[in-house]
Amino acid sequence: MRDVAIVGVAESDIGVVPDKSKFQLSAEASRGALEDAGLSIRDVDGIFTNIITEGGQFSSMMMAEYMGITPRYTDSTSLGGSSFVVYVEHAAMAIAAGMCDVALICHGSTNISDRGGKGGPVSHVSDVFGPTQFEEPYGISTVGAYALAAQRHMHEYGTTSEQLAEIAVATRKWASLNPKARMRDPITIDDVMNSRVIASPLHLLDCCLVTDAGGAVVLTSLERARDLKKAPVQLLGSGEAHTHRMISQMPDLTQTAAAISGKLAFERSGLSHGDIDVAEIYDSFTITVLLTLESLGFCGKGEGGDFVSNQRTAPGGDFPMNTQGGALSYTHPGMFGIFTVIEAVRQLRGECGPRQVGDARVALCNGTGGTLSSTGTIILGRD
Amino acid sequence: MTAAKLPPLPPLPRPYQDTAAYWAAARKHRFIIQKCTDCGEFQFYPRGVCSHCLSSALEWQEASGRGEVYSYSVNYRAPHPGFADKTPFVLALVTLEEGPRMMTNIVDCDPESVQIGMAVTVTFDDVTEEITLPKFRPA
Ligand SMILES: [Zn+2]
Ligand SMILES: [Zn+2]
Repeated sequence: MRDVAIVGVAESDIGVVPDKSKFQLSAEASRGALEDAGLSIRDVDGIFTNIITEGGQFSSMMMAEYMGITPRYTDSTSLGGSSFVVYVEHAAMAIAAGMCDVALICHGSTNISDRGGKGGPVSHVSDVFGPTQFEEPYGISTVGAYALAAQRHMHEYGTTSEQLAEIAVATRKWASLNPKARMRDPITIDDVMNSRVIASPLHLLDCCLVTDAGGAVVLTSLERARDLKKAPVQLLGSGEAHTHRMISQMPDLTQTAAAISGKLAFERSGLSHGDIDVAEIYDSFTITVLLTLESLGFCGKGEGGDFVSNQRTAPGGDFPMNTQGGALSYTHPGMFGIFTVIEAVRQLRGECGPRQVGDARVALCNGTGGTLSSTGTIILGRD
Repeated sequence: MTAAKLPPLPPLPRPYQDTAAYWAAARKHRFIIQKCTDCGEFQFYPRGVCSHCLSSALEWQEASGRGEVYSYSVNYRAPHPGFADKTPFVLALVTLEEGPRMMTNIVDCDPESVQIGMAVTVTFDDVTEEITLPKFRPA
């Protein structure tokens, strides 16, 4: 089996981009990632995307057609925001097995422009078919679902809102170092605590942004990668898992599938937690991060609150995390996973300027999708 | 014409093969759940097979209607126009006495008074002529 590397990454325009479609954002991010790699769209023979189409189907055919390519390998696995981290594993397998040579993972979304430039609910469904009819009539929302997990974690382990706020504050500090981040003004723990409660115990500043954005990642064999423009970033290990679709079916509200995917990624890489120099942890909500850190084994179950205290994950802390400013402060177009990969690659290449983590050699990305349903974990290293 | 002035309804279930019996019973203010006659486990939500052993040998049983709050959240923002006149409302997961867990609302109490572990009992909300939602109130 061939070793595999990430050779190109890029964002599109991000923030509020009302004049570009999500398809254009995805395609322009793809062009950027291919330029970053020194490759052309003609080199791409595998495509991985689940861009949301009308009707929700045929994502990879739609994007391949839009960019004028004819892939011989395709994947639209639909796990929510974790999909793009999982695609790194899937692309690596396809490349290793010789099913494709240059894999393009891409995403685009006009999540805020679709809502007229404002956040907030968009559901107008009137009747519900399928198992979600046991949740939607009761007023389930994404934030409501994650709030259930937060409340349970507080009940079992005494985790506090202040501890969750530590994550939002530290992430904002990273964002202040990233000119592309949407929210860059510093915030305090009190600011988070005093922001309005959306779904108890989660406050507004415990919640991710809503933005437009596109992102893309290009992979090829490590052998070919060594002849390309930039130093390859090698995939050292990966794992994926999902435990449920609906939060009401989640086996344990305080543990995510990262307990499975993370264990696999560490085992397959032969590395341990102490080897990780920088972590990019999907932060749809502050609680998502806390549950993920525990589930990945960076601390024991119930110890996440202590782990993130005293701004440990902030610039200068001993656990650099979400260094581009995360979904909480940088960007969040509905599905964030691809941006964890983009930032990890940039950190390992030393391209991050004022937010660069010194001598970052190994990075971990964890995507979470659905309602704490699915995870993908990858460990990346310099060649 | 007057119908247009009513507040919009929350999203409502469209019963299908797996769930028609459950919603029909709820309409009559009966709360039924499935038990597998092969492995003996209860399950929620209703399915065409047992999620423990994949058997199709399922039977409906009257549940006690008693349970306890496993987790909850007081929601201050409406996720859908149908909830605009209902905030704050309590979204909750209740562990039924028979074992399975389900999503519901805790009603007939101050939202701020709900706690994890609180004993609750089923109550029926006749939302429309056709659809009744089982909800829970403090026992
Ligand atoms: Zn042209
Ligand atoms: Zn069974």
